This record gives sequence, structure tokens and C-alpha cells, in this order.
Amino acid sequence: MKRLLRWESALFVLLVLIAVIGSAATGGLFLTGNSLFHLGLDVGEIALIALPLTLVIVAAEIDLSVASVLGLSSALIGTLWNAGWPLEAILPFVLVVGALCGAFNGFLVTKLGLPSLAVTIGTLALYRGLALVVLGDQAVADFPYSYTQFGTAPIPGTWIPYPMVLFVLLAVVFGLLLHATAFGRAVFAIGANEEAARFSGIRVKRTKLILFTLTGAVSSLAGVVYTLRFVSARADNGTGLELAVVAAVLLGGVSIFGGRGTIFGVILAVLVLGGLRTALILGDTSTEVLTLVTGILLLASVLAPAVTKRLTRGTS
Amino acid sequence: MVIALAEVSKSFGAVRALREVSLTLTAGRAHALLGENGAGKSTLIKVLAGVHRPDSGQLLLDGAPARFASPADAKAAGVAVIYQEPTLFGDLSVAENVAMGRHPTRRGGMIDVAAMREQAEELFARLGVDIDPRRPARGLSIADQQLVEIAKALGSDARVIIMDEPTAALSGTEVRRLFGVVGALREHGAAVLFVSHRIDEVFELCQEATVLRDGGFVWSGPLHEQTPDSVVRLMVGRDLDALFPKQEVAAGETVLSVRRLTREGVFTDVSFDVKAGEILALAGLVGAGRSEIARAVFGVDKPDGGQVLVRGKRIRAGSPGAAMSAGIGFVPEDRRQQGLVLDASIERNAALASLNRLSRLGFVRSRDERSLARDWAVKLQLKFAHLTDPVAVLSGGNQQKVVLAKWLSRRPAVLIVDEPTRGIDVGTKAEVHRLLSELAAQGVAILMISSELPEVLGMADRVLVVREGRTVAELARAEADEERIVLAATGVAVA
Repeated sequence: MKRLLRWESALFVLLVLIAVIGSAATGGLFLTGNSLFHLGLDVGEIALIALPLTLVIVAAEIDLSVASVLGLSSALIGTLWNAGWPLEAILPFVLVVGALCGAFNGFLVTKLGLPSLAVTIGTLALYRGLALVVLGDQAVADFPYSYTQFGTAPIPGTWIPYPMVLFVLLAVVFGLLLHATAFGRAVFAIGANEEAARFSGIRVKRTKLILFTLTGAVSSLAGVVYTLRFVSARADNGTGLELAVVAAVLLGGVSIFGGRGTIFGVILAVLVLGGLRTALILGDTSTEVLTLVTGILLLASVLAPAVTKRLTRGTS
Repeated sequence: MVIALAEVSKSFGAVRALREVSLTLTAGRAHALLGENGAGKSTLIKVLAGVHRPDSGQLLLDGAPARFASPADAKAAGVAVIYQEPTLFGDLSVAENVAMGRHPTRRGGMIDVAAMREQAEELFARLGVDIDPRRPARGLSIADQQLVEIAKALGSDARVIIMDEPTAALSGTEVRRLFGVVGALREHGAAVLFVSHRIDEVFELCQEATVLRDGGFVWSGPLHEQTPDSVVRLMVGRDLDALFPKQEVAAGETVLSVRRLTREGVFTDVSFDVKAGEILALAGLVGAGRSEIARAVFGVDKPDGGQVLVRGKRIRAGSPGAAMSAGIGFVPEDRRQQGLVLDASIERNAALASLNRLSRLGFVRSRDERSLARDWAVKLQLKFAHLTDPVAVLSGGNQQKVVLAKWLSRRPAVLIVDEPTRGIDVGTKAEVHRLLSELAAQGVAILMISSELPEVLGMADRVLVVREGRTVAELARAEADEERIVLAATGVAVA
């Protein structure tokens, strides 16, 4: 617990540093409403998916198919829109499909006892493939403005993007779920010692199935946000995004071995990554550098606990 | 003298784990290291093994001061430690495990497989055991794995062999075989340091002993100067009224009924009843299927046939949740792996089986969670600093108390305890026995599994002996004795 708090303090310091250096380097451009609006939009999908994925990783599982579910969701929106469905029907439908995709991951992991890493690498390809089957290589873009402004415009009178509201709402929900409920206690116990959890009467399989289903549903929701933001439904939307999401969760101090982590830490990590991205873009740096920095931060976050452990052992 | 410690002290922060402890190991002698959990035995072993360096005092090797800067130094000096749970390479052959780190090679650096096999065979012959060097290490019993480790130590010319509670997971025959091996080691001139909680074993095997208490040195000398009782007194520093105080309780109605429970290849047609206020012990060799029966009753494993009933009501098979709702509690065999989430706090662990009861609308009332842990910590006299500390920092006996708190807080009608006192110190052991006895007096039906016959005989109202997955004998308290149980467990017919 203390270790995690220290981790979150470090993230907070990093965040302030980014803001200060970003402002200085861009002549104050960084902390303007407009850049913050774009920051919020930029990390929207990553932030949304990171929430349920935090619970999955705390339970010592992983889901790498999230970006493909996002793509499938986007492709479905395009196809159904072309087929004349109203968006009011399309959106709930794709959320259900996303939940089913997640449930299928969960089914393979819990009922067949397969490792989630292998399962979701498989479904990463499968769901992306389905997306291509559904929509092919076309792009659908003729959505009504009443919907796309949700993804492209701030809430009138503020710099706050709409998806940010969605994120705050879900962050509260997932934060409470993980940290205040019996379900959350079970998730931690499963991640730290699955056998002991089973011996305590915790329904391990059901819990994991729920986590994968939630992750699928939220990934699909992120697909909706993505489609409206770029006003473009494409099968290859969000390709490769899963790495950024996993990076955010791990940078947030969630242990890749399960049993440890907080939603608060992940929120800070999302802001750090978004801040970096905005600072670099404003500073006219190429996106390759951003990928590089993300990679370094990810390695640092995985290495840091091991290094501190070695240091403290050395002094004892 | 081979190796000795002279007034060695070692502290970790404010905790003084060892205070001026002296110990001498002699070639050809078996030396027992005795003490309750937390007495400093592990620290002492780690000093000998080169893991810890003493803060003060000396380590003497053949009479000359020496210094182990690392475990490799200790190994080079001929010190080998055999841990309770050996760590072999499961996919490699037994011979390769024995040769690990010093494979015999032919010219060109290729491993000489035949020589490696011969070496293993020769070592096993010296120890008087029969293990096939060609088979993979995976699937060997724990007892055999220990023997492979011992052969490995012998092969690397170890002169000092430290065994850390080697018998805790062994059955009677396996213990006998291990004793034979220790005899062989002594004949070859090795000095053996033997750590065990089983006093009777120590008296049988060892010639000398050292007793520690709370990190301090209490006594060292030839064992024939002591009796088992006097040694226990030295360890705990007080007299123990009785080790196994099960009170006589008039048995009530039948609470738990098991009917023809079967898991293919594991156990067959197991039936028994446990009444309120009664302690029924499942006795038998390790591997006879006792723990597996308990697991199936609790629902962690799904049986292939048969029923479990609580107060006449059948409970759903293969569901720990259903078993818990019916009032069954289960203190499992492997405390660290099955009983506890080691990294989680004392309070989280204590509440883990009661989450539903402690929450409203799914939200855990953390104040109730804490007071549950606090109440039971007081009732069970748990020694701890903070309820938010991870249970990993507690001693074995205190960890077991947390597991007990977790189940007792649910007020179970049936309590299954699997090896309830394994690896815990004498003082806590007596506390656990008293607790079980009190629970029975309150009308709890208790199913106990134990490999320690004195525990079975002292605690149980009835003993059910299991052999190769079948119940082979039922003995009432009056007719149960060590001989009858062992005969039934090993397959010799009982008259």
C-alpha cells in the first residue's frame, strides 16, 4: 500500500514536470484550454479501456484484444449505418457485441483453462479479421453532426471534451468497484493467490468472466468514441492501441503479476502519457519519439519495483 | 569439529534474530536444532549457509575462523542445505539434477551421460535408496525429491548437511527411510544438522541438540541428558499442562454426512458421519487420499459420485460457496498457498471468507472488516504489529491463527482442519488443540486430518483410517492406538 502511494506520488511529480517543461518549451501553449481539450480527446480511448483492463491485470490476467474489439465496433457502426440503421439502435448493439467478444475471451480463459495471453493474442487477430470482413477497406464518414460533435467539440463554454465526462463517470464506477466492493476484494485476492481465493469460496471463474466481459463492452464503447472523433468508421481503427493501454496500466503501478494496483494510479498514468504526447506534438516532435518515450516509461515502470527491491535488500 | 558458531549475533533492524548463539557440529553426529517458530532457527541456518553474515561472533571451519561472503562460499566449504520443499528441475532426469552444476564431461565439452547416470546410481547406493536416475524429477514424491537433493549434496562432497524440517511432509515409512539415509550420511563422516518440530523424531535420530528461544541460546549438549518433556520446557520456557487437551463432550446429532463419495483414481466409496461436538480424524499415509477427500467435501474438487449432506440436506457438489453456505469451514493443508493471500493484510485475509456478510449492496463495510480481524486477533491471541501488515511477516503459528480466524468468524457448523499444526511451534500447537477442543464443546462437528499420530490419538473421538483411497478401519477413541492405526494404514490386516 505504502509502495503504491509512493508510486502515485512519483507519477504526480512527473505530471507536474511535464506541465512545467511543456509550458516553458511551448511558450505557455501547453496549459491552454485548447491543448487540454486535445489532450483529453487524444487519450480518450486509451483512458476508457485502461479502466476495466486495470481490473483484469490486477486479477493476473491480460486482454490484448481490446484494440481489435474497438476496430470491430467501428466497422459494425459503419456497416449498419450504411444498411440504414439509426445510430440509436447501432450504439447499444455494438456495445452488446463488444461484451460478447469479451465474454468469449473469458469463456476460453475460464472454461477451457487457456492462458489469457495466448487467447487474446488469438482474438486480437480474430476480431480485427472480423472487422475487415464486416466493412472491408471502405470508410464510412457521413454521420450526422449531432453525433460527431460528441467526439469533436468541447462541452459548450468549456474546454472539456465529452468523452472526458464519460471517462470520469466510468473511473468513479471502476474505482469503487475495485477498491470498495466485495467484488474488488475478490479481484485482488484472485490476482495475488488464485488458489487461496478458491479455498475462500470466491467464484474465481465467474469473477474473471465478468472482468473480460466488462473489458469487451468498454473497448466497444471506446470504438464508438473513436469513430465519432475521427468521423470515420474503419476496420483498422485503433490498430496497435492495445500496447498503449497496457503501458498506461503498468505505468500506473499495477503489477503485471497481479494482486496490486489502483485505479487512481492508472488515471495519473493516462494523464502522464497524454501530457507527454501533447507536449511533444506541440513541440513539433515526431510521433516516433513519442513511441520511444512510451516504451522507456513502460520499461521503467516494470523495472522500478525490482530495482527498489534490490536496493532495499542491499541495505538490510 | 567440522563447523561451529561462537557467540554469533544477528539483527534485522530493531529485531534481534540471534543473540550470542553457539553451536558445534561434529563429523559423524546428528545434531538437532530446536525452538519454537521465531526462535531464530531459520536465521541460524542462513548464517551457516552463507545467506546472512553475522553482526558479531565467529564462524569456525575446522577450528579456524572463516567468513562466508555468499552461499557459494558456504557450498565450497562443504555446507549443503536440504529444504522442506526441494526445488528440482522437473523436466530434467534425476541423474541430471544430481549432477547439476558439475556435470561430468567428455573431451570436447559434451556431457557424459553414462558417467552421470553411474554417479547418481553410486550415490543412491551409498544412501541405500532406490530411485531410477533416468526418470524425470517431475512426479517424484516430496520424500524422493529430498533424497535426490541429499544425493546431490553428497555428490558435491558436502561435509555438513542441514535439513530444515525434512519430515514435515513425509509419511511414516518415508520418515523411516530418511532416518536410514541420515544414518548412512553419518557413517560417511558427514555432520548433520536436523531441524524438526517432532520431538520424538529428534530423540530417535540425534545425539546432540541445541535449543533456542526468542533468538537467544538456551541449551546445547548431548540429548541423553534430556527427556522429551524437559526439552519442550526448554523450548517454551514454561510447563505445558497437556499437549492434547480434548475434553469429553457428549456427541450431539449428526451434522456432516458423507455418502459413497468417489473421485476416480483418487478415492472410492468414502462414507462417514460427524456429529456435533465430535472430532473425527482421518488417519493414513501421506498420499492415501485424505486431503483429497476433504477437498471434495468442501467442493474445491468436484467428486465423480456420492453426496455430502449437512444436517440431512444435500449440498451442491464442487462448489465451495455452497459448502460455506451450508456451514462448512475449511482450514487447508498448505497454509501459504491455499489458506492465505500472503501479500494481503491480516484484516483482508481474516475477512476473505466473509465478504458477503461484511458488505451491503456489494460495498464492503471496511469498519466491520477491521473489527472482525481485531476481535479474532484478540480471541486467538495473535501476535502482530498492525492489522494492515501483510500476513507474510507473521510466524507460521500466527499465520495459522489468521486462517483459523477467517473460518471461525463465520461460526461454522462443520470445521475441516487439514494438518492444523503442521510447521507451527509447540506453544501455538497446544493453543490450536485447546481451541479445537473448545469448538467441539460448543457443538461444532470437526473433521481433522493429521499425520501426527500423537495428535490424532490425543484429539480424536473416532479415527477413520484411509488407505489407497478407501476407508479401511474405524476405531473408537478407546480402541485407537498407534499400532492399530499404523497397521491399518499400511495394509496389514487388523484383528
